[in-house]
Amino acid sequence: MITLFEHIGAYFILLSRVFKKPDNYKLIFKQTIHEMVSLGIGSLGLIAIISVFMGAVVTIQTATNMNNPLLPGYLVGFATRESFILELAPTVMSLILAGKIGSNVASEIGTMRISDQIDALEIMGVNSASYLVFPKIVASLIFIPIIVIYSMALGIIGGLLVSMYFDGMTLNDYILGIRFDFKMFSITYALIKSVFFAFIITSIPSYFGYYVKGGALEIGKASTKSVVYSSITILIINYLLTQMLLV
Amino acid sequence: MIEVKNLYKSFGDVHVLQDISVNFEPGKINLIIGGSGSGKSVLTKCMVGLHEIDSGSIMYDGKEFTTMNFKQKKEIRKDIGMLFQASALFDSLTVEENVLFPLEMYTKQTKKEMLERVDLCLDRVNLENANKLYPAELSGGMKKRVGIARAIALNPKYLFCDEPNSGLDPFTGIVIDQLIQEITKEYNMTTIVITHDMNSVMETGENIMFLYQGKNWWQGDNHEIVKSDNKELSEFVFASKIMKQFRNA
Repeated sequence: MITLFEHIGAYFILLSRVFKKPDNYKLIFKQTIHEMVSLGIGSLGLIAIISVFMGAVVTIQTATNMNNPLLPGYLVGFATRESFILELAPTVMSLILAGKIGSNVASEIGTMRISDQIDALEIMGVNSASYLVFPKIVASLIFIPIIVIYSMALGIIGGLLVSMYFDGMTLNDYILGIRFDFKMFSITYALIKSVFFAFIITSIPSYFGYYVKGGALEIGKASTKSVVYSSITILIINYLLTQMLLV
Repeated sequence: MIEVKNLYKSFGDVHVLQDISVNFEPGKINLIIGGSGSGKSVLTKCMVGLHEIDSGSIMYDGKEFTTMNFKQKKEIRKDIGMLFQASALFDSLTVEENVLFPLEMYTKQTKKEMLERVDLCLDRVNLENANKLYPAELSGGMKKRVGIARAIALNPKYLFCDEPNSGLDPFTGIVIDQLIQEITKEYNMTTIVITHDMNSVMETGENIMFLYQGKNWWQGDNHEIVKSDNKELSEFVFASKIMKQFRNA
């Protein structure tokens, strides 16, 4: 338990250094653009594949379980849309990104630590925490909400593609379903969650990478830990935000 | 000049450095030698502020470094260049960008002026046509040269080198030693080199400090080291048969 509190304390100490005034705004901006390309654009392909297939599977499963003639056909589209907007796009995609981006961030910063690159920055008088972590957090805060919207759209399109040939439903029913009783707040709720998750996905792995000690084996361990802790934190924050925003 | 006085540093119950007092002079190659775990790297890390010291004083040209705030330390650090054992080049940047980095961070020069300075530094370390290469594409010797070029980009007053010729073939090691020696004289820098290489000690050691069990055990130059009757120093320096033959010759 003491170790957990030590980790939490060290994490907030790191964050206090990350949000200090940057040494050079131009370099931080350049680094942020680089991170947006590396972390954001690099994840688009994976998210597209996962979203389309998940959308298709959710649609088939919902249609299979709702073949009661008393239930309206549009419920399948409605259920797919609500599942994606409320949970699958913001939370499940964030969990997937915690694995992809989190392990990348922890191993990148960890390698810089053990190969003295962070010491080199410090000796140059650069606030290494700010220079390395701040651009990653900013890039993810900008890009992950965009990825979440993109995932919502592709998930619904995945369902739409299935509805064109699936026997248990019609395309018109699906389109009616995805337009039925749409609440804008659902998108706002998803975006609020994605901002919190974006912060977690980059800051926790940065912490584990920044304080790594040892060699290649420890970088691997830090990378695994960062994914585990980020995922657990995402699930806890997801529960708390849902309680606060929807109940 | 860098003056260290009565410096102590411990990690828990382990007393790594005890009562270290030493002066590192400008325009000279100041060597720190000693066995593994004797505290050489910890001493340099304390001197550049990567480790907090327990007590004592570190003065850069008469200015007390240990009591400075972050901003004041940053000013001193602009005058410090450091060459790491593994070069510590930024993997995601090219050779040119690595050398450009301190210039972009601290100078208000135009891009053209900065690139001219980069070329000058790379020329100085005899590295041509490597500007666009990444560290992974360089040999060990080339990485050290880029490390030196980056360290001298801001015209530092103090240069720290952590085992600059480790992992290099003997010829490249000598070239790197000579380069450090030339640059030190040229810019009148206070250069501090940690080394295990006895060839470097004999060739370049103008002011040598031997650390033993965390203490400043012996100090002198490369001529005095041969004549010294200090038992621990002799055991360390003349450990090999060739060095013993050299001493007896």
